Amino acid sequence: MNYWPLLGIALVIVGFALKFNPLLVVVGAAVATGLLAGLDLIAVIEALGKAFNDNRYISVTWIILPLIGLLERYGLQQRARAVIEGVRGATMGKLLTVYLLFRQSTAALGLTSIGGHPQTVRPLVAPMAEAAAVKSHGDLSEDEREKVKAMSAATDNVGLFFGEDIFMAIASILLIQGVFETYGYPLTPLQLSVWAIPTAICAFIIHGYRINALDRRLAQVRAANQEAAS
Amino acid sequence: MISYEWLYVLLGVFFVVTSLLSLRSQNTGNACFWGLLSISFFFGSHIGDLMNGLIVLGLVAIAALGGLKPSDPETTTPIEREGFSKTLGNKLFLPALVVPVVAVAGTLLYNFTPLGELGLFAERQTTLILFCVGAILGLGGAIVWLKPPVLAPAQEGRRLIDSIGWAAILPQMLAALGAVFALAGVGEIIGGIAGAAIPEGSVFLTVVVFALGMALFTMIMGNAFAAFPVMAAAIGIPLLVEGYGGNPAVIGAVGMLAGFCGTLLTPMAANFNIVPAALLELKDQNAVIRQQVGTAVPLWFCNVIIIYVGAFLLWN
Repeated sequence: MNYWPLLGIALVIVGFALKFNPLLVVVGAAVATGLLAGLDLIAVIEALGKAFNDNRYISVTWIILPLIGLLERYGLQQRARAVIEGVRGATMGKLLTVYLLFRQSTAALGLTSIGGHPQTVRPLVAPMAEAAAVKSHGDLSEDEREKVKAMSAATDNVGLFFGEDIFMAIASILLIQGVFETYGYPLTPLQLSVWAIPTAICAFIIHGYRINALDRRLAQVRAANQEAAS
Repeated sequence: MISYEWLYVLLGVFFVVTSLLSLRSQNTGNACFWGLLSISFFFGSHIGDLMNGLIVLGLVAIAALGGLKPSDPETTTPIEREGFSKTLGNKLFLPALVVPVVAVAGTLLYNFTPLGELGLFAERQTTLILFCVGAILGLGGAIVWLKPPVLAPAQEGRRLIDSIGWAAILPQMLAALGAVFALAGVGEIIGGIAGAAIPEGSVFLTVVVFALGMALFTMIMGNAFAAFPVMAAAIGIPLLVEGYGGNPAVIGAVGMLAGFCGTLLTPMAANFNIVPAALLELKDQNAVIRQQVGTAVPLWFCNVIIIYVGAFLLWN
């Protein structure tokens, strides 16, 4: 077997690690892989062009940016913060745990487009989480602010990934069904989606714990600083 | 019938307007990048694979030469925003909520009522089409209500898309890489290596190699969908199901979820991991992945145990 095409994968890993421009890394790896597999350059460029064109639907969600930007111009993020500041007892841990549960359960009902990074995390969840953290811990350092925002995005991902497979008509369930069908194992979507439930519960427990651990860590750092100062 | 083609024209309009506004503020690199992308969205279905491929190379060249820069269109100050936020109140959320409500309620109505028989939308494209309808309705409503300067929506859109920059097309580019990997037979090679790495006679270790293969191959491809057929064909079906008599439903369902743990760990899954870092204007491109490691790794172990217990101990 010709193992040379794997060099393309190595190129991707090295390229990302050395922080070259990811677009350049990806196209470089694609061209290298194609050539090493014995395709000619024109065929590789055509394959790239065709797949890029067929996958334009991935970028369609950017159509929401003018709306989000316009609302931010009129204080949407400030409003999101103000709402959280007004809720007594709101902490970052509680807020993100509730969002995790919300995202998992709506995704399990097939409502995957309710959340998402451009439409929900940037304008609402991240500013709310930040405001809640500031409310309980006082000002955040640059590094802490980044962690809270990144955790907000991570929570959206975990909630989506480990909720959606409970819904029977999602693409991944249909793919599993299709693959097993080809090999002579007819499965129903229900059989598959039921087995997504144990992992969904584990995901909620593990990620919920980690959200609250971040919240506790913010508190501990401040307690330690105070001790050092006194 | 409304199909994705209509949405591509809509996006083409957004990108061409962004390009013209960049040109006006003498940001040539950005103008070229978004202009080229608008050609792909307007005409991509008609110009052939090679032409599309050359557009891809052009976009990459501009990005790699550092031609794309964050822009600074005129907007409101943080203090003005605080003021607006106070006077406008929670009604500010409404236009944003229109989008998911239209997408979700519209999809449900269309699929479960006679509305679907009108054949208004192309099959299986309903949600994304309605997402765009929601975005347009929300924007229209916000413009009527807030009466911003004429160019403000376009300028605010440009501010955001410029802050995302090249990451905006990385997911599409990775899909293209996946297509070349498939063409070059990378899946078969990986499946062959994983198949050869199996220790003889141990069910548990075979489960571990299967789940590890799913996670690692997903990290390489950025997508569990590409990894699943390969790992199922190399290990899942011949060894776990046929060799050891495991429950196929558990092996399929939880094997896929082991792959999803890999998705949380890789920059290749750009729309989940790299794009949000850009959207949230984080300094560290990998900040989101860093927050996900502590969840993905223990969850992967849970999946191994769930497969072992559910597909073998409980099944036999």
